[in-house]
Amino acid sequence: MIDLLNALVVLSNYVLIPALAYGSQLALGALGVTLIYGILRFSNFAHGDTMAFGAMVTILVTWLFQGWGISLGPLPTALLAIPFGIAATAALLLTTDQLVYRFYRQQKAAPVILVIVSMGVMFVMNGLVRFIIGPNDQRFSDGERFIISAREFKKITGLSEGLAFKTTQGITIVTAVIVVIALFWFLNRTRTGKSMRAFSDNEDLALLSGINPDRVVMVTWLIVAGLAATGGALYGLDKSFKPFIYLQLLLPIFAAAVVGGLGNPLGAIAGGFVIAFSEVLITYPLKKVLGYLLPDRFEPDTLVQLLSTDYKFAVSFTILIIVLLFRPTGLFKGKSV
Amino acid sequence: MTEPFLIGESMTGGYGRGADILYDCTIAVHPGEIAVIVGPNGAGKSTAMKAVFGMLNIHKGSVRLDGEDITHLSPQHRVAKGMAFVPQTSNIFTSLTVEENLEMGAFLRRDDIHVTMEQIFDLFPILRDKRKQAAGELSGGQRQQVAVGRALMTQPKVLMLDEPTAGVSPIVMDELFDRIIEVARTGISILMVEQNARQALEIADRGYVLVQGANRFTNTGAALLADPDVRKSFLGG
Amino acid sequence: MTINYKNIGLFFLVACLILGTGFVQSWNTALFILNMGLVSAIMALGVNLQWGFAGLFNVGIMGFVALGGLAAVLISMPPTTEAWAAGGLQVLLGLILGAATVTGAILVQTRTAAGRTRNLTTIAILIGGFFIFRAVFDGGVAAVEAIDAAGTGYLGGLNFGGANYKDWGFMTLISWPVGGLLAAGVAWLIGKTALGLRSDYLAIATLGISEIIIAVMKNEDWLSRGVKNVIGLPRPVPYEIELQESAGFIERTSSLGLDPVTSSSIVVKLGYAGLFSIVLVIVLILAQLALASPWGRMMRAIRDNEDAAEAMGKNVTARHLQIFILGSAICGVAGAMMTTLDSQLTPASYQPLRFTFLVWVMVIVGGSGNNFGSVLGGFLIFFLWVQVEPMGAILIQILTSGMAEDNGLRLHLLESVAHMRLLTMGLILILVLRFAPKGLIPEK
Repeated sequence: MIDLLNALVVLSNYVLIPALAYGSQLALGALGVTLIYGILRFSNFAHGDTMAFGAMVTILVTWLFQGWGISLGPLPTALLAIPFGIAATAALLLTTDQLVYRFYRQQKAAPVILVIVSMGVMFVMNGLVRFIIGPNDQRFSDGERFIISAREFKKITGLSEGLAFKTTQGITIVTAVIVVIALFWFLNRTRTGKSMRAFSDNEDLALLSGINPDRVVMVTWLIVAGLAATGGALYGLDKSFKPFIYLQLLLPIFAAAVVGGLGNPLGAIAGGFVIAFSEVLITYPLKKVLGYLLPDRFEPDTLVQLLSTDYKFAVSFTILIIVLLFRPTGLFKGKSV
Repeated sequence: MTEPFLIGESMTGGYGRGADILYDCTIAVHPGEIAVIVGPNGAGKSTAMKAVFGMLNIHKGSVRLDGEDITHLSPQHRVAKGMAFVPQTSNIFTSLTVEENLEMGAFLRRDDIHVTMEQIFDLFPILRDKRKQAAGELSGGQRQQVAVGRALMTQPKVLMLDEPTAGVSPIVMDELFDRIIEVARTGISILMVEQNARQALEIADRGYVLVQGANRFTNTGAALLADPDVRKSFLGG
Repeated sequence: MTINYKNIGLFFLVACLILGTGFVQSWNTALFILNMGLVSAIMALGVNLQWGFAGLFNVGIMGFVALGGLAAVLISMPPTTEAWAAGGLQVLLGLILGAATVTGAILVQTRTAAGRTRNLTTIAILIGGFFIFRAVFDGGVAAVEAIDAAGTGYLGGLNFGGANYKDWGFMTLISWPVGGLLAAGVAWLIGKTALGLRSDYLAIATLGISEIIIAVMKNEDWLSRGVKNVIGLPRPVPYEIELQESAGFIERTSSLGLDPVTSSSIVVKLGYAGLFSIVLVIVLILAQLALASPWGRMMRAIRDNEDAAEAMGKNVTARHLQIFILGSAICGVAGAMMTTLDSQLTPASYQPLRFTFLVWVMVIVGGSGNNFGSVLGGFLIFFLWVQVEPMGAILIQILTSGMAEDNGLRLHLLESVAHMRLLTMGLILILVLRFAPKGLIPEK
């Protein structure tokens, strides 16, 4: 019995909690990608760097607040700075849309052209972030490090295995839940939200119903800014901030969006967690868990790590390929065009 | 004769910069009347209606609504002026619920839309039962009802239908025509393109037979049905 | 044939830019730009084949370039005999077992009737095969990597020149086509799965596979030493030091009044430039012939209207697979050439912005669908890639000249000047797409 509990604790500590946090971050990213795909109808390669930009502004404002001595006590100061990150990202995205994307929308350019354009935007944003904050690792978390540390957990429960729950993980999960609830409330309950879904579903009919496309596009960018900046800042807070990491996040984010069904918000969330759990589970050495679960003589003598951590891309990629081959519209029905 | 409520007069034009498809074509509908456009495949029936709705470049002729020249208004602006259009395909938001489809139809309205919605549910009672269901899950006939309902939510003065009975069973077709007559009785003018010429002309106050983008026969529905030439060429004897 | 003065002018301009670098900065830099420009031009030709001819959206160029680099190591380095003895065969056996597992699963999927039995069998084969593969493979890898980990620790290549393997410089030349073959093989695998799906999916699939290729090269130490890098690859051209020691060379340079050390490195670089030019000319001629052939016309017909081509009985997916493999193979050749030029393989240096997206900038700016455009774009963009940094530094020096020497903003700007190249590349791409979407040399 105790063995079972210990196994559960190990699994939670190294797999469940990290994957929940990582999945939340991926889901926030994938929601942005999927919204852009649904409304503006292209795969936005600049999304990773949009997240980096939002995170960067959040970091700069956090430093400013820390300099002024403002803090949230046990919570990271960054939470106060995220709204500024969102505002700056919104300004950046709306400017980009006006200067760059709008022209191609009016031209009714093929989606693939917009994808290439977004590659250009990706370069610019990436350069901008590196130019302002540099290419290095930045730390900006403060406050309490743990909601519960491994030592405390062992003391309270008397188990031999500890369970550490980092503040940043807790905040990530809670924030993601709040953001997702707010987003779904907006999409399903408000007039503007419904008009966005209608526009994504059938653009021509939306125009016939008097829905203003410019307004839909603007609102989309605003929401994407909120999702990207929040997701980017949370990822930076939980792991660490490094501009090029966000470019690498593009693959799991796309995988999450496609696996869930491009254009389907619910799918993006499900996809985020599918990808996160598979990545963490497959690259985590299960020796300890199995050691508790199996009788002593079956205890594995290897690490039982299915794949080395460096191959986590391969996990997202394999899931992506399997889904594409067997269910091209994704787990939840996305757009197939 | 009085000025019709909506008239596309002597329209000549085509899509974009392409070749002309319509030649001196006139389509009109009076208040509370049902006007039907029929004709063989490729006669430009749908094109004529789209021209009236502003989805075509007309370089000759004009479109007037209630005496006002709207030739140069965009389709969206015509919607605001009280015209509603039900396309032949993709005429509902499949991922939205029936109720949301109707709400989107009333997107431009700022007043209370619940009265209109109740009227539509009275007209198509099945939609009331399925109001929380995604429109894409409905049957073909029910989808058409959603499509017509969505258009009616704008409280239009003219309702334009592009082949509303395409792909539905004969029973559903009769049912749909009955509903359309009901709508016309409330004072809404109806302009409709139909493949099922005979049934459509039976309910039509006015019929237009188009051939190769031009008017061939124009008369009341009953007169066209009685006309031996029309019967022979277009109604199969 | 009419002479297009504008295009000749454009090439002349790029030539002037590179020559200018030689006169103003140094001939070493100019030749570096020339050599990398040649390699970039070949990559751009490969991508142009896929995008310009067939409209295929490949975002995994980095992976194919890296595979070329891997081929350079696998062909031109000497085999590590001890490693082969220790576990080489076991590693190979493991790989064969792994391949057999996948093949078996695919066969079950394609040859047997659909249903639960089929899926369960497939899963059983995959899981069972995976553990057998790991059991055999891991042991071999451990044995191989234990052999002189600091110096080799990998299986090495196929250069049987023994202790004098560096004299077998011609092996590097062999590695170029092999790099193409390796890239072609992987392209075949991707194409089989992802072509025929929508263009976005191909993009995401290629993006994924390129990251995986890099991950493999970083982690599989038995293959190419991973992040420990393979250095000192043989060369197809003489070494500087040999030239400097050769009496004839010193005599000739001194008679021309040149410094033997500088001129030796210039001669070496010119040697590379000669070899690369030969490859570029061959690829360019073949691409031009392909473009004008019925095959090329069919490709463009498919690109312009896939449905119509399909209706006319063209097997669109098969054609796409052909051109996808060809284009990727060309990128692989270029990758092998680049690694030969560097004389080393450093997996960590493969960055998507540099090796995938920059090549896209070259193709778009040069003019997609036009081979000469791609060549021009390759040279021009690589020139800018190198020169934007010093030009930016000068610009910022001038702009901030009014500020104090230790002004924080000024120092930050000067420090960040390295990142201006990304910004500039993005701006160039956006501006070209907006104002000259057909590129500098448009498709005819």
